[in-house]
Amino acid sequence: MAEEKKDKQLIVSVSPHVRDEESVSKIMWSVNFALFPALIASFYYFGPRAMFVTALCIGSSVGFEYIYQRSLNKKISVHDGSAFLTGLLLAMNLPPDLPFYIPIVGSFVAIVIVKQLFGGLGYNVFNPALIGRAFLLITWTKAMTVWKEPTAAFAALDAKTTATPLGILKEEGISKLIEAFGTKSDLYMSLFTGHRAGSLGETSVIFLLIGALYLLYKKYITWHIPVSFMATVGLLAWAFGGKSGLFSGDPIIHMMSGGLVLGAFFMATDYVTCPTIRKGQIIFGIGCGALTMLIRLKGGYPEGVMFAILLMNCFAPLIDRGVKPDLFGAVKKKKVMEDKK
Amino acid sequence: MVRTDTFKRGVHPHDSKELTAGNPTQNAPLPKRVVIPLSQHIGAPAKAEVSIGDEVKKYQLIGSAPGFVSAPVHASISGKVVAISDFLHPSGRMVQSVVIESDEKDEGIALIDTPDFMALSADEIKALIRDAGIVGLGGAAFPTNVKLSPPKEKTIDVVILNGAECEPYLTADHRLMVEQPKSIVNGLKLIMKAVGVTNGYIGIEKNKPDAIEAMKKASEGEAGIEVRPLTVKYPQGAEKMLIKAITGREVPGKGGLPMDVGAVVQNVGTALAVYEAVRFGKPLIERIVTVTGRGVKEPKNLMVRIGTLVSEIIKDCGGLAEGAVKVISGGPMMGFAQWNLDVPVIKGTSGILVQSEDEFISTDEYSACIRCGRCIDVCPMGLNPSMISILSEKGRFEETKDYNLFDCFECGSCAFVCPSKRPMVQFVRLAKSQTKPG
Repeated sequence: MAEEKKDKQLIVSVSPHVRDEESVSKIMWSVNFALFPALIASFYYFGPRAMFVTALCIGSSVGFEYIYQRSLNKKISVHDGSAFLTGLLLAMNLPPDLPFYIPIVGSFVAIVIVKQLFGGLGYNVFNPALIGRAFLLITWTKAMTVWKEPTAAFAALDAKTTATPLGILKEEGISKLIEAFGTKSDLYMSLFTGHRAGSLGETSVIFLLIGALYLLYKKYITWHIPVSFMATVGLLAWAFGGKSGLFSGDPIIHMMSGGLVLGAFFMATDYVTCPTIRKGQIIFGIGCGALTMLIRLKGGYPEGVMFAILLMNCFAPLIDRGVKPDLFGAVKKKKVMEDKK
Repeated sequence: MVRTDTFKRGVHPHDSKELTAGNPTQNAPLPKRVVIPLSQHIGAPAKAEVSIGDEVKKYQLIGSAPGFVSAPVHASISGKVVAISDFLHPSGRMVQSVVIESDEKDEGIALIDTPDFMALSADEIKALIRDAGIVGLGGAAFPTNVKLSPPKEKTIDVVILNGAECEPYLTADHRLMVEQPKSIVNGLKLIMKAVGVTNGYIGIEKNKPDAIEAMKKASEGEAGIEVRPLTVKYPQGAEKMLIKAITGREVPGKGGLPMDVGAVVQNVGTALAVYEAVRFGKPLIERIVTVTGRGVKEPKNLMVRIGTLVSEIIKDCGGLAEGAVKVISGGPMMGFAQWNLDVPVIKGTSGILVQSEDEFISTDEYSACIRCGRCIDVCPMGLNPSMISILSEKGRFEETKDYNLFDCFECGSCAFVCPSKRPMVQFVRLAKSQTKPG
C-alpha cells in the first residue's frame, strides 16, 4: 500500500525533464543591472534631479503595473523586473530636469497603454519606454528639450541649460561643435565619458558599453542588432553627414552622441519588439540606422534614434515572416535529388 | 585536441553521467513475473502465439509479427502464461501484453550457434535479425530488419553505429561499448554485410574516452571501420544530426529518411543484439537499462529481462530515495514521465531516471513567449519553435505547417532553453495531432 501511495504522488509532465537555468526575471534583472554603470554616471553628472527623475519613473512604472494587474485580477508580475526595466529605460531617455508629473505620465503611457493593454510582457508591439518618451516629447515639447549642462558637482542644483552636441551640430555646424568642447579630441573624450548635455542615461558611452559587454558576455543580447545599427549610422554619417560633399562626414560624432549607444544596445534589442531570427535582426538594425540618419540629417529633430526604433518595431513581425532560419536538409534537397539522377 | 565532428546548433545540458558511468553492468535478479507488451516497436503490434495457462520457456516466441513493419516478441523467462490483456505501457497507452509468472528455473529453448557467422548471406542475416525481434534499442524502437531492407532504388553506402548517447544521465550504451566492444564490432560487420556496404563508422561523444578507446581497439585491423569522436552536444545522437556530423550529408526535410543520403544508422546496443541473434540465435529478451537520478538510492547499469516491472527494478536499486518526485522511462530530454511504476521495461527502454525534488523543475506555470529567439538559435532542424508554439497555443494549427511543423522530431532543445519555461514539445505534439503532414 505504501508503494501505491507513492505512485499517486509522482509528477507527470511532458519532456524535456531538465531545463536551463535562465528565466525571464533573471534576464530582465540582468539588463537592469547592466544599465547601472551608466545610471550612476548620470547621477554624477546631473545630480539629485537625475536621481529624483529615475526614482519617479521606476516607482510609477512598477506601481502602475501592480495597480493594473491587481485591479483586473491578473497574475502580479512586477517581480520579473520588466516594469522596473521600462521605468529605468524611460528615465534614461528623459532630460534631467522635469516637473514631477511628466515622468509619471510617461510611465502610465508606457506601462498601462503600450504594455498592459496589449496583453502584457510578450505581447506589446512597441518598446514601452520609447512610446512613453515619444508621447512626452510631443506633449511637453519645451520641457522635454531643455538640457542641463553636466556639472560633475553633485550639489550644483541650478546648472545652466545648454544644447546637446547633436543640437549644436544641426543648428550651427561641426566647427561650432568642436569649438564648444575645445579641440576635436576633447569633443570625442567628452562624448565618450559622458561630460555633455543629453538625456539622463544616454551620455556616457563608456559606461553604457561596459553594461552592453556584460549582456553580450551573458548572451542576453547578440551582436546582430547593435552592430548593424551602429555600423549603418557610422557609414551614412560618413557618406552624407559632411557639408563638403560625399564622404566628408564625421562618423564618430554621430555614433557616440544622442541616444545611439543606449538605443542600439538596450532598446532596439528588446526581445519582444525586435525580430527573433538573427538574419532578420541585421535587417532590423540596418533599418534603424538608416531611419536614424534620415531623421538626423533631413528631419526636424536633431536626434532620430527613438523614432527610428519605433518605426522599425512595426516591421519586426513582417521581417520575421519573411526571413526563415536555415532549415536543416532544405538546401541539400535539390542537390541530393540531382545527385541521384 | 582530438578532432571531433558535430552538427549546427543544439544545447549543452549538464550530462550527470557521473552517477553511473563507472558502474559495471550487473544482472538484475530474475523477475518473478514479467509483463511483455506485444507492441514494443513502431509498426503493427505482434499477434499472440500463446494462450493463458501455457508453459513457456525462455527465448520462446510468444508473439509473431503480422506485417512487414513489425517485430516478433519472445518470452524473457520460463514459466506460465497467467494473463493476456491490456496493460499499461511506458508510453502511457494500454497495450495488449502477455504476463508470464516465473517457474524460477530460467530454462531456455535450444539455440543454434553459428561460429562461422560472417559466411552467412545478407538475406540470411536479415532473416535472423527479424526472427530475433530486434528493434532499434536507442529508444525509437523501429524494427531493425526493415531499416536494413531499403527499397532497391536507394543505394546505401555507409553504416553508422550510434554510440553518441547524448541524453544526459544515460550510460547504458557507454557501458556496453566498454564491456563488449568486440561483439559490437561484429554486429556492425553483420549490419554492413546485410546492407552491402564497406564503410562503417562508430560515432561516440568524446565525454566517453574509455568507450572510444575500447571501440578503437576492438575495430583495429577491421577494414572500412572507423571510430569517430563527436562533440558533446545534445541531440548529437539524433539520426539526422549524427549523419551530418560524420558524413556531412543532410537528410532532406519534409519526411526525408537517412537512406535518401545513403546512410543507415543503428544504435550500438542494436549492433550487439544483432551479433547475438546471428551468432547464437538469441532473440532479444534483455537489454541494459541505466537506473539513475538522485531519486533512486543506488544508481546502477542493469541487464534487465524485457517485461520486468519498473517497480521491481527500483527495488533492486535500493528503492526510491527521500524526495523522489518523478520517474521517467528513457532520458530526461525525450523520456516519458510515469504515473504508475507497474509498467514494464520494453525493448526501447534505455534508462529509468528518478528525479529528486532538487533536480525537478516545475513547468506548471509558464509565461508568454518573450520572443528572445533562443529556441531558434538551438533548434537542430532550423525551425522556428517560438512561432509554432505561439500558433499552437492559439489553436491556429494549420498555420504551424508553414513553419515546417512535421520536421520537428521533438528533441526538446527549444523547451530546454526557453526562459519562459513554455511546454514547447507539448505545443508541437498538440499541433501535430490536430493537422496532417503535407
